Amino acid sequence: MKWGVVRFPGSLDDNDALWALREVMGQEASLLWHKDTSLQGVECVLLPGGFSYGDYLRCGAIARFSPIMDSVAKFAAEGGLVVGTCNGFQVLCEAHLLPGALTRNRTLSFICEPVHVRVENAQTPFTCALRQGEVLKLPIKHGEGLYVAPAAELRQMEERGQVLLRYVDAAGQQSDAANPNGSLHAIAGVANERFNVFGLMPHPEHAVEALLGGEDGLKIFRSIIESAR
Amino acid sequence: MKVFVTPRRGILDPQGRAVEHALKSLGFKSVAGVKIGKYIVLEIGAQSTAEARDQAHQMCERLLANPLIEDYTFEVEGE
Repeated sequence: MKWGVVRFPGSLDDNDALWALREVMGQEASLLWHKDTSLQGVECVLLPGGFSYGDYLRCGAIARFSPIMDSVAKFAAEGGLVVGTCNGFQVLCEAHLLPGALTRNRTLSFICEPVHVRVENAQTPFTCALRQGEVLKLPIKHGEGLYVAPAAELRQMEERGQVLLRYVDAAGQQSDAANPNGSLHAIAGVANERFNVFGLMPHPEHAVEALLGGEDGLKIFRSIIESAR
Repeated sequence: MKVFVTPRRGILDPQGRAVEHALKSLGFKSVAGVKIGKYIVLEIGAQSTAEARDQAHQMCERLLANPLIEDYTFEVEGE
């Protein structure tokens, strides 16, 4: 499968994503420069984590207007698969490719730790290699990961199954203590209505080898590869 | 042009809450709420105040504020 990883000024996890895709998963992956407009025929676009444009104004607010984002929006409108992790998730929300917005963690602190997330909908291109209710251990590292959306929209998202990942404890139980940033409905990852755009705050690309503390991130990439077959 | 961007009512504003708490513990019991936002100063070359206001409005809607989580107001200064 051909992957494209977008590099914005300030992207940090682009090389980790390339490592995960190329070295660990044996995929074909190329870097896409934010000023380019061509997606080079990739089958899945990944927007990595980091601090695009220094997080000035709001996280992802300026990256949203990078030339490549017009191509990404068009690609998504045609049904192409787009994944955003961390800052990439923030960019997708700012670009209105995903509902909602991400704001300061309720603790006001930057959080860098492994968390557990539960798969809430295993029938999407991003989760099809997983089981419903399966608990994944993935790292988070963000200062602005508190997911918000209007109550009516949240209700609709829940009904349509757009909430793909929710923060839980190691046993898979939801609780306030297991919600690291205070996200509404403990949302860790959401898809659009059409289920071809997915954003998540945890970093699957940092959990692809036992040496890194776990391999659960592979399951998300495997799902995407399987869904494209 | 002065643009003020503040968290929307109902959106958790942990910064505002922390400062409100600190002010109260300093004895400022009259404080009923604190919101912390952004103050952006723009210099706009426009023919009229109305035109400047119109441009500022568009800038806020498109980039300066995220209407989902933030409210904005602006003031025009000078001619």
